Amino acid sequence: MAETAIEVRGLRKSYGTVDAVRGVSFDVAQGEIFGLLGPNGAGKTTTVEILEGYRRRSAGEVSVLGHDPESRDRHLRERVGIVLQGSGFYPRATVREAVEHFGAAYRRPRDTEETIALVGLEERAEARATELSGGQRRRLDLALALVGDPELIFLDEPTTGFDPAARRNAWEIVRTLKDLGKTVLLTTHYLEEAQSLADRVAIVKDGRIVAEGPPAELSPTHSRYRVAYDSNGRRVELDTDDPTDLLHRLTSDALARGERLEGLTVSRPSLEEVYLELTEEEGR
Amino acid sequence: MSTAALLWRQFRFERRLFWRNPSAAFFNFLLPLVFLLLFASVFADDEDQLEILIPGIAGMSIMATTFTALAFNITYLREQGVLKRVRGTPLPPVSYFGGLLGSSVANAAVQVVLVVVIGHLVYGVDWPREPWSLVAFSALGVITFGALGIAFSHAIPNFDSAPAYVNAIFLPLLFISGVFYSADSLPPVLEAAAQALPLKHVIDGLHGAIVDGTGLADNLTAVAVLAAWAMAGLLLAVRFFRWE
Repeated sequence: MAETAIEVRGLRKSYGTVDAVRGVSFDVAQGEIFGLLGPNGAGKTTTVEILEGYRRRSAGEVSVLGHDPESRDRHLRERVGIVLQGSGFYPRATVREAVEHFGAAYRRPRDTEETIALVGLEERAEARATELSGGQRRRLDLALALVGDPELIFLDEPTTGFDPAARRNAWEIVRTLKDLGKTVLLTTHYLEEAQSLADRVAIVKDGRIVAEGPPAELSPTHSRYRVAYDSNGRRVELDTDDPTDLLHRLTSDALARGERLEGLTVSRPSLEEVYLELTEEEGR
Repeated sequence: MSTAALLWRQFRFERRLFWRNPSAAFFNFLLPLVFLLLFASVFADDEDQLEILIPGIAGMSIMATTFTALAFNITYLREQGVLKRVRGTPLPPVSYFGGLLGSSVANAAVQVVLVVVIGHLVYGVDWPREPWSLVAFSALGVITFGALGIAFSHAIPNFDSAPAYVNAIFLPLLFISGVFYSADSLPPVLEAAAQALPLKHVIDGLHGAIVDGTGLADNLTAVAVLAAWAMAGLLLAVRFFRWE
């Protein structure tokens, strides 16, 4: 495994009597795109804002590029780019002025024009923030996060409110970041986004991680395989960790009774099924 | 880049953007000058009134460019998430707020000079007798109202309500502090309020410097009251500061 960019162990955050994060642990390797996927209010933003140094944790260990973000060390902020869920611009500064101004605070900023091109805002470089569309503002957000040429980039809900075309554009930019060797921690409540971008995904629910792994392999730890068949016109679905044993019993019983297991399938649940199962079970 | 160089950069950035904001330029620069011209035209033949008006408008300008402007700006920057964005970058807070405050101070300085120059050239009021004491009281006023403006922004819930909050303080203070006319004939209650609040003391100090030729040592009450408000303002500004 490559070196670790982010290490989180037993992270907790309470606001008064409300526990927003209740014991979260995960690692993000350097050069990896890691997605925190979950419904609104699951604790994703709180987790990320602790890693960004905006909030103090109530308990747990956190290391970002070898630093404790709570120390608000300037050297750490030199190496990190942050795209918040909503943060403002100087309304009367142009795209170019904003990128150049924010770049000046970094020791080795990326070239202003190069940064603007990276997010595809060349044509709007002379436009003021107030004249940009929602998608263009989000790109300016990204430009301001990238102008310091950071190793690690936090993207909190980067495409919320985008139309599908704008979303695909944004995804292209994030893939570019991966090609540049950057580490990305992404939060999203769009399953498709996590699936499309992330090397690994952690599903967050009620302040806890309920599943973690590459999108293709992700499954709830308690039911990795799903065996299904038709019985008397009814679909029977069984989840199991050990399909060999289950199938052996099912087929033995069926043979003994002289039945066929019509429509027998063994499948791994799709990420979507896992996600819905994990995040909605209490609502059932 | 060093902290000082970044502060200078932030200052120039703020200056450039300031002139692109018509409403800020109006309230910071034009409004006090409009009041100056209107009232001075009414009192044009009355030298005593002009000698009240010039330091009065200068004091009003100091409050408008620092207290009012900073209370508005900080509220806006906080609500829009600009402060939060800045906090996520390596820009040192000293550089950021230094540039922001420096821009307010520059506005105050330009405005005081404009008022004094217009007073002399257009209305024939003498040049300030104690220029250094004019500088000293302007500086005291800037520090006091700057700190109070930041402190007050913490009490403003959102930018939409900022004008109501700020003007609820700014406008009554203008009328009881002797900006447009002598405050000596106020009812005792208002007089006591004006004495307790900072604007009257800034104006008294400026009046002393411009008209009477008195300095800091002759206005110790004003210095003491302003120092107390400045301390309180700084404490509140820092203690209750919120980035978001």
